[in-house]
Amino acid sequence: MSWTGKILRINLTSGDITTEVLNEQWKKEYLGSRGLATKYLTEEIDPACDPLSIENKMIMATGPLTGTMAATGGRYVVVTKGPLTNCVACSNSGGFIGAEMKSAGWDMIIFEGKSPEPVYLYIENDKAELLPADEIWGTSVWSTDEWLHNKHQDPSLRIAAVGRPAENGCLYAGIVNDLHRAAGRSGVGTVMASKNLKAVAIRGTLGVGNLADPAGFMKAVNEGKAVLADNAVTGQGLPAYGTQVLMNVINEIGALPTNNMQDVQFDGAHAISGEAMSEPRKSDGRTNLTTNAACFGCTIACGRISTIDQGHFSVKNKAKYWGNSGGLEFEAAWALGADNGVNDLDALTYVNFICNEDGFDPITFGATVAAAMEMFEAGDLTLEDTGGIEFNFGSAEALTQSVELVASGEGFGQDLALGSKRLCEKYGRPELSMTVKGQEFPAYDPRGIQGIGLNYATSNRGACHVRGYTVASEVLGIPEKTDPLTAVGKPGLVKAFQDITASVDSSGLCLFTTFAWSLENIAPQIQGACGSEWTVDYLLEVGERIWNLEREFNLKAGITSADDTLPARLKEEAAKTGPAKGLVSQVEAMMPEYYQLRGWGEDGIPTDETLKRLSLKG
Amino acid sequence: MNITLKCFAGLKRHLPPHAKANQAVVEVDDNISVYQAIDYFNIDREEAYLVILNGVFVCPPDRDSRILKENDTLALWPEVAGG
Repeated sequence: MSWTGKILRINLTSGDITTEVLNEQWKKEYLGSRGLATKYLTEEIDPACDPLSIENKMIMATGPLTGTMAATGGRYVVVTKGPLTNCVACSNSGGFIGAEMKSAGWDMIIFEGKSPEPVYLYIENDKAELLPADEIWGTSVWSTDEWLHNKHQDPSLRIAAVGRPAENGCLYAGIVNDLHRAAGRSGVGTVMASKNLKAVAIRGTLGVGNLADPAGFMKAVNEGKAVLADNAVTGQGLPAYGTQVLMNVINEIGALPTNNMQDVQFDGAHAISGEAMSEPRKSDGRTNLTTNAACFGCTIACGRISTIDQGHFSVKNKAKYWGNSGGLEFEAAWALGADNGVNDLDALTYVNFICNEDGFDPITFGATVAAAMEMFEAGDLTLEDTGGIEFNFGSAEALTQSVELVASGEGFGQDLALGSKRLCEKYGRPELSMTVKGQEFPAYDPRGIQGIGLNYATSNRGACHVRGYTVASEVLGIPEKTDPLTAVGKPGLVKAFQDITASVDSSGLCLFTTFAWSLENIAPQIQGACGSEWTVDYLLEVGERIWNLEREFNLKAGITSADDTLPARLKEEAAKTGPAKGLVSQVEAMMPEYYQLRGWGEDGIPTDETLKRLSLKG
Repeated sequence: MNITLKCFAGLKRHLPPHAKANQAVVEVDDNISVYQAIDYFNIDREEAYLVILNGVFVCPPDRDSRILKENDTLALWPEVAGG
């Protein structure tokens, strides 16, 4: 089994807290975490609702392998309707709180309504209560974390919280747990704050058992761990260099979006790369990277823990930031760095610290600053608009000032908190927002990597790399190499990655295991925990079902096939350098085949036959 | 002839002492193949998993036949991933 079979329902309006039994049928159809929580959300809210209204709900969910002995089994998700995208939002996070929630006995926590006053949820196994959060409202995630640990005098308490931007309505606020892991994308933190919910603090000591076949589970888990240890990526590359090892790779192949995606290669890429993080700084002789770190149960340990030079302009006289903390991952380093033309590694690290401290998405934030820089250089934004900040590409000072303004909600920070879509619309240049369905792109240019462009365009939560990471195949040769510059065969590749990912996300495992594991390695672990019916083929079916369920939600929310596209820049302005020079994204040429493979009509709507095949329609 | 050799992640140790930012201009024999260049720098062929010549991946079957030219850029990584 390994599901606890229990759901905690929190009515924030009335303060009522109730427990429910997990829906047996749905768990068989959706596994857990992303899939199961999306099913509950779809059944319980009107997809057309205002995401920041009382009608929206927010679900924290674990998967059946969360909290178990499985390697990387520490993931949890936050599922809601996202205010940045007006689509279904599902943000996935590691750290320790997911396992703690499971160990306290809960598969899911469903939040509904809105509390009349700021509150936080305190859970100690079966005990759950809403407590006043007036004293921490208006403070950062880090301050909240410290206050809660002090108040409850429990160093083992696991905490997820929102910061000031979430309270102020920043549309890309996340929920940060364990100080520097985050359910970061699509504005899930904004939804949490809109409900006057500041934090969730959990202590779970019940453990996770209830396995269908304990001996079989441990055998599969141990075999899986051996594969991760022996694999060059998960055993060596990720622990040593983290995801940041990609900075030089993606730049070398000419697919590193630069200066708001005007270019595809960045001269300063090496200076902000994983390799640079491990080299002694000229200024103080120390390295930016202090050590690596692992989430619950993880045998990969890709996390970065970094330290900024105390003399760096960003932290001068700010002793609070002199210690080590969560360092740069590739997507953040790209968005804050290459996309803004900033090559100052410590400046990016400082900005990353602030995004963690006050809980907002560094990808959307960085890409929004990039759009502001392009508008400033074009004269659409003036010094009067920006409060005197010179928003020029390459300016680390503009970047660090921006992050402080978004954190505090002051001045031009209020505009930057809108995300690039609304910011560019406000200043009359909507075409300069590099987004799909309102969400900013991650670090791969669709002109140089064709498949990822199709994935961005069709991702159910707006532009996102971890919904279907075809980069693994197109660039890194995992599981097999395909040509990044061709669109041929990519619709099938995108669909396969999307479906597998939906399944893995719903298990409670980390997607990074799939650099070494296929479903052939994962299925036996799920079978050991949940039962023999969870075969590879069935997991693929579940993944496809989840994808279509999310699509159905978005269609009811008002999304149409017209939203399955990329900004004109990527379809009309050819890459200027590198192997993709002269190429644009062929996303529109790929779309009909993608729809066909999905079993959707030309209008992008799943056919009745598809819905029946996936048990989404009776 | 001269080429630019770039070695990243765990392959950095194969760069000559004058390398900076994971790259160096190096002299190699004319008309050598990608694999011969990899051998020349004592890099294990299996370990050089990601072989990018002038920005384009060279698949293993082509690494014997693909001949380097003056001023080419050969970038090498072990098997890596992220995201």
